[in-house]
Amino acid sequence: MSVLDIVSVVAIVAGALFFLAGTVGLLRFPDSFTRLHALTKADNLGLGLVVLGLLPHAGGVLGGAKLVCVWLLVLLGGACASQLIARTARMAERDEP
Amino acid sequence: MTGFLLGAAAFVLAMVAIGLARVLRGPDDADRVMAAQLLGSGGIASLLLVGAAADDPTVVDVALTLALLAAFASIAFVKAKLAARAGDRRPDVTP
Amino acid sequence: MTDLVIIALVLLLAGLALFAVLARDAFAAVVGFLAYGLLLTLAWVLLRGVDVALTEAAIGGGLTGALLIGAASRLHGTEAAARAESPRAGTRALAAVMAGLTTAALAACVLALPTPAPSLATEAMAPISSLGVGNPITAVLLAYRAMDTLLEAIVLVFAIIGVWSLAPDAAWGGRPGPLHRADPDGILAYLARLLPPIGLIVGLYIFWTGADAPGGKFQGATIVAAMWLLVIMAGLADVPPISRRWLRAGLVAGPLAFIAIGLAGAATAGAFLAYPDGWAKPLIVAVELALMPTLTLILALLLAGAPLRTESR
Repeated sequence: MSVLDIVSVVAIVAGALFFLAGTVGLLRFPDSFTRLHALTKADNLGLGLVVLGLLPHAGGVLGGAKLVCVWLLVLLGGACASQLIARTARMAERDEP
Repeated sequence: MTGFLLGAAAFVLAMVAIGLARVLRGPDDADRVMAAQLLGSGGIASLLLVGAAADDPTVVDVALTLALLAAFASIAFVKAKLAARAGDRRPDVTP
Repeated sequence: MTDLVIIALVLLLAGLALFAVLARDAFAAVVGFLAYGLLLTLAWVLLRGVDVALTEAAIGGGLTGALLIGAASRLHGTEAAARAESPRAGTRALAAVMAGLTTAALAACVLALPTPAPSLATEAMAPISSLGVGNPITAVLLAYRAMDTLLEAIVLVFAIIGVWSLAPDAAWGGRPGPLHRADPDGILAYLARLLPPIGLIVGLYIFWTGADAPGGKFQGATIVAAMWLLVIMAGLADVPPISRRWLRAGLVAGPLAFIAIGLAGAATAGAFLAYPDGWAKPLIVAVELALMPTLTLILALLLAGAPLRTESR
């Protein structure tokens, strides 16, 4: 295996580990907010490392740019959605007697 | 390499499947939306891995579409929750 | 290795389907259905149907989810009453038997297919070079079965009229849906300013690449419609009232252009929707260009719903 392949494998394995961490966090953390914290780790680093690992296999500059674009879009959407989800959770907390 | 990529895709999918247990348990709707978000990013990761394994560059377009529309769906969910909460008490102003 | 992914996927799909059906809370069921749609996209990619995967991601992932969550919000008040009426054991048993029989029949049909399964793929691919498009799906939708696509577009126009007919008399011609308001310095407004331009470019790219690669007007229109709806949901723009002339013109322009091309084909090439030699590619592009705005309008308005507010507000 070439150096690029090894880099890919390492990056993808690391990304998968972050997904594992995110899932474990989502299941085991006691609170909506802490779970959200775990979720964003999977979103950002998990997907980011997977994209990094796939970059050597992408077809040319355009293919690589598309991969990075996917990651950036997920980051953007995930960040904003997480903020809004946190506010709904906060409001739910406040409403409870 | 192909085998490794498919194995990674299966692993990510399995992780996300376990995370779906949160959709079942809740207890809050926010948790359910979070689990769906995890599924979204995990699904995109799986898609990219499967696409690389099959050597099909068009799969990245599917991941692109999914990324955009998952963001849209999450926003729709949050709006619905906020509107339900506000009800008739106060105007629907989203932070 | 592929088998592992497929098994994991199938188990997940079945589990999610069960959850979506059995969930007590409508909101949870819709989230389950959304997750189901996301996984189905992956399934389509594994089956090498990337066009279908794109459509599933666009429609099932985004628009249907938003539509269902809107419906679930509306039904929230009646949920308790609906849950109180549960069918008798006999009805349930009958439903279970019918569902089981249907599944068994479908499974038998799929498993009884000869290998290789009969298909028209070779015949469909043969004349593709004369059409000038590289994507066989586009060739089927806009050349071999253009009639179906035309009728589908007209059915969509009827659908939007049907949705509008749910408006109360006083609100006819007004703006669909409630007035969305959001903090102009808040997160939602920020996202609605940043994402739609990117989404618009992606949508147009998917539309344009449909000639030679998976994509096309339907998926592109869905993305653009979702971006427009995002802007509306953030309160940065309001839904146009349905009495506006440009809106109505946009809705019928697509099918009308399609029909016009069809009639021109009848005059020049002998049959309705036939393409004269050498004109296939430009005509296909023209049809796609005409239908794209119409589809965007229809999809966005279908989600916006029936008019609720009169024009003055």
